[in-house]
Amino acid sequence: MANLERYKYDVVVIGAGGAGLRAAVEAREAGLKVAIICKSLFGKAHTVMAEGGAAASMGNVNSGDNWMVHFRDTMRGGKFLNHYRMAELHAKESPDRIWELETWGALFDRTKEGKISQRNFGGHEFPRLAHVGDRTGLELIRTMQQKIVALQQKDGRDYGDMESHIKVFAELTITEIIKENGKVAGVYGYWRENGEEVLFEAPAVIIATGGVGKTFKITSNSWEGTGDGHALALKAGANLVDMEFLQFHPTGMVWPPSVRGILVTESVRGEGGILTNNLGERFMFKYIPDVFKDKYADNEAEADRWYIDQDNNRRPPELLPRDEVARAINSEVKAGRGSEHGGVFLDVSKRISAEIIKKRLPSMWHQFYELAGVDITKEAMEVGPTCHYVMGGVEVEPDTAAAVGVPGLFAAGEVAGGMHGSNRLGGNSLSDLLVFGRRAGMGASEYVKKSGANPVSESSIKAAAERIEAPFSRSGGENSYSLHAELQEVTHNLVGIIRTGEELKNAIEKIAGIRKRSANVSVSGGRKFNPGFHLAFDLDNMLLVAESTAKSAIKREESRGGHTRDDFPGMNSKWRQVNHISSFDGNKVNVREQALPAIPKELFDLFDVHELEKYMTTEEIAKGGSK
Amino acid sequence: MARKLKLRIWRGDADNGGLQDVVVDANEGEVVLDVIHRVQATQMGDLAVRWNCKAGKCGSCSMEINGKPRLACMTQVAAYGDDETITVTPLRAFPVIKDLVTDVSFNYKKAMEIPAYEHPTELKPGEARMAQIDVERSQEFRKCIECFLCQDTCHVIRDHEENKKSFAGPRFFIRIAELDMHPLDRLRNRKRTAQEEHGLGMCNITKCCTEVCPEHIRITDNAIIPMKERVVDNKYDPIRWLGSKIRKREGME
Ligand SMILES: Cc1cc2nc3c(=O)[nH]c(=O)nc-3n(C[C@H](O)[C@H](O)[C@H](O)COP(=O)(O)OP(=O)(O)OC[C@H]3O[C@@H](n4cnc5c(N)ncnc54)[C@H](O)[C@@H]3O)c2cc1C
Ligand code: SF4
Ligand code: SF4
Ligand code: FES
Repeated sequence: MANLERYKYDVVVIGAGGAGLRAAVEAREAGLKVAIICKSLFGKAHTVMAEGGAAASMGNVNSGDNWMVHFRDTMRGGKFLNHYRMAELHAKESPDRIWELETWGALFDRTKEGKISQRNFGGHEFPRLAHVGDRTGLELIRTMQQKIVALQQKDGRDYGDMESHIKVFAELTITEIIKENGKVAGVYGYWRENGEEVLFEAPAVIIATGGVGKTFKITSNSWEGTGDGHALALKAGANLVDMEFLQFHPTGMVWPPSVRGILVTESVRGEGGILTNNLGERFMFKYIPDVFKDKYADNEAEADRWYIDQDNNRRPPELLPRDEVARAINSEVKAGRGSEHGGVFLDVSKRISAEIIKKRLPSMWHQFYELAGVDITKEAMEVGPTCHYVMGGVEVEPDTAAAVGVPGLFAAGEVAGGMHGSNRLGGNSLSDLLVFGRRAGMGASEYVKKSGANPVSESSIKAAAERIEAPFSRSGGENSYSLHAELQEVTHNLVGIIRTGEELKNAIEKIAGIRKRSANVSVSGGRKFNPGFHLAFDLDNMLLVAESTAKSAIKREESRGGHTRDDFPGMNSKWRQVNHISSFDGNKVNVREQALPAIPKELFDLFDVHELEKYMTTEEIAKGGSK
Repeated sequence: MARKLKLRIWRGDADNGGLQDVVVDANEGEVVLDVIHRVQATQMGDLAVRWNCKAGKCGSCSMEINGKPRLACMTQVAAYGDDETITVTPLRAFPVIKDLVTDVSFNYKKAMEIPAYEHPTELKPGEARMAQIDVERSQEFRKCIECFLCQDTCHVIRDHEENKKSFAGPRFFIRIAELDMHPLDRLRNRKRTAQEEHGLGMCNITKCCTEVCPEHIRITDNAIIPMKERVVDNKYDPIRWLGSKIRKREGME
């Protein structure tokens, strides 16, 4: 390919969400030449939509908070399936990452003493989420976007060209990670604008591509959430860990149909919103699981008192971890106690004044008023579960974010697995992006400094180019829009919030069928900004992700966090010791079991043994953690 | 409850293009972006349109609907009469790439020209103390979702390509104002450079930008006018100007 557009960089970051941008800053500050690539315009990644806040135990609102409390909450939320080391690093480093944003110009909401304010969220023992109204993600992404501009301005002064050392390639989709001699050598993709192809040669690639929500019918994710990074990593020889765990956020909009799935931030409950069914019953009291009985109020009076006095009352059950609330809503609706459009009611108008609602939840107010004609300062919202976040992801070394098994490949953010175990706590993603985005940037920089360039061969380029051309060379084949809709139907009905072995078996067959047909997708129109063509590639990724999820889910014969089996309703301590590892053999996804790393003694000792007994086997308890 | 909606869509690229009429189903509660997506999925597989959040949070789906700069995801179909044809066209102030997608790189170039935030070096991470009331002024501008509708509507660039070189546009006036009002930013003379380098003087306060802002940011009243007033003040008041060298907040640069 004589006239192929090509670039050389030290580090290529795929993704311009929180994780990708934080990684890019770190790699540039380590002196390297960095490319940032994203499918949308710069500043539009998913992170921009995050509302509630970023969790960090700064202790600004309740000084009892510290990393150990945050660590415990995170492990509990994940039902102890988290990689302990990731949860530890995350809890320890989050406060520094938030404060650092402030030195880059971020303006968080303040406490009376002028410190960064922190709000309550499900599963967090203390008020812990740094926030800006309900547009925290926007603040994060804009701050880092502007930090990148600051670095570019410095390069402009030092080298005479602002884009000499860090450059953003927006609206460019990566379709391939290229390896030579068993190591990462670069990435290949196309400009969305004109379909023209681009090669980036780089010894280190950081995947920061976010989530997979678009695999499902009802989701809070945008068109970008197609699991590209998950699939790219699989194809490059990396592993995915625990892909059965998907978070269904309990509160998505349910009406009107066009907005079904759009997120209603958990801050609504954090600020005092209550959930009721069509009988007006505050039903969450019925759904407090045994493991949480000592932390959540079992009557309204106590739950209400908690808003005033948090030290002497247990918290309201609306603030249970998301998996619990989503299942409860699901059960209420199934039992015929749902709202007119198949949700339940979420009401914040009874507890706080219109003025405060508009101040603390401005974009929620706006969203309901404009899109549903509902004034949340006066009426209840109708809400129901929506596919929101994938806990599973690329298996990485916690300290460096290096993808296991592929030298030169790194992954951070939602695309990485392990950190959140079987269920993520709200607010723990934004902090995760910062902590592990930075670590991926450091890991990649150290790797690049040790290893030399690894040129891409002509045969690799040819193979990547042929794949992009393929859908154009077919005609009269399958339509990618309808295949996508079919896949969403399958995942929604058979791999959704409640699963059974029979349905999962059925799903695996159906997904394989769609995958076969997808090999025959043809595209109408040319290469110029052609969404049909774009979807053909995204579809391929979603199919691999769905296969990995269904195959992991059928193996896990228990219910835990974001994986609920109707045929295996309980949590089983034996399964807590198991990670499911997906790999790709060029043809299909294979899933095997792998032992979860044992928690070391010093972290084990942070818990009350009686609590651990609810999760761990007697042998594990007897050992008391590894040394 | 579906109804047949008449939609007129601009299709084409930089070289040529024109309006095409389609009829498409529209359901209760749908927004213009929904029906565009339905056209895309059923009639025009290669129709180009940008979007991400579908909830007015990302500023991707900017276009002109019946000639008005709007977010397609926040524009209800029901706001138009049953027999009315809804016409969707790309943002006029920027070059068309294809169909409803325009080349907005102008805005990213301007963003790179605004001098970055400068943090006080003596303040270590975690030491900053700011009152809520002091951060709120800048927070208003930080709500900007970069939809660039204000840029699209501003006549200084909408009708005058030649002005683009010297005019940053309302989106970047609020960026400068935001930094100028930031309780910690150390860089001086932001208002003066807004005037001298970013074209603040070319704005004649028509307020069109404020009218189209989906975030209801009071671009003119809270950013442009205060900056303009103080620039004038400072230019002719040598004593206050001297003051600015000593204290950024009180003395105006
Ligand atoms: C509505 C909503 C609200 C949320 N609220 C919160 C909250 O309050 N607190 C919290 O902690 N978490 C929240 N989350 C979760 C959190 O926002 C996400 O998990 C997080 O932003 C993911 O960030 P990321 O950097 O991993 O990826 P993203 O921000 O998703 O970015 C992915 C990037 O990768 C790029 N990309 C993907 N594939 C390719 C490809 N093939 N080629 C090139 N580029 C590619 C995309 O263009 C994009 O730039 C929320 C999520 C949603 C959807
Ligand atoms: S007020 Fe100024 S910046 Fe805003 S549209 Fe009018 S001329 Fe443009
Ligand atoms: S100021 Fe308002 S109109 Fe202008 S880009 Fe920002 S959000 Fe859009
Ligand atoms: S799609 Fe995000 S603002 Fe319209």
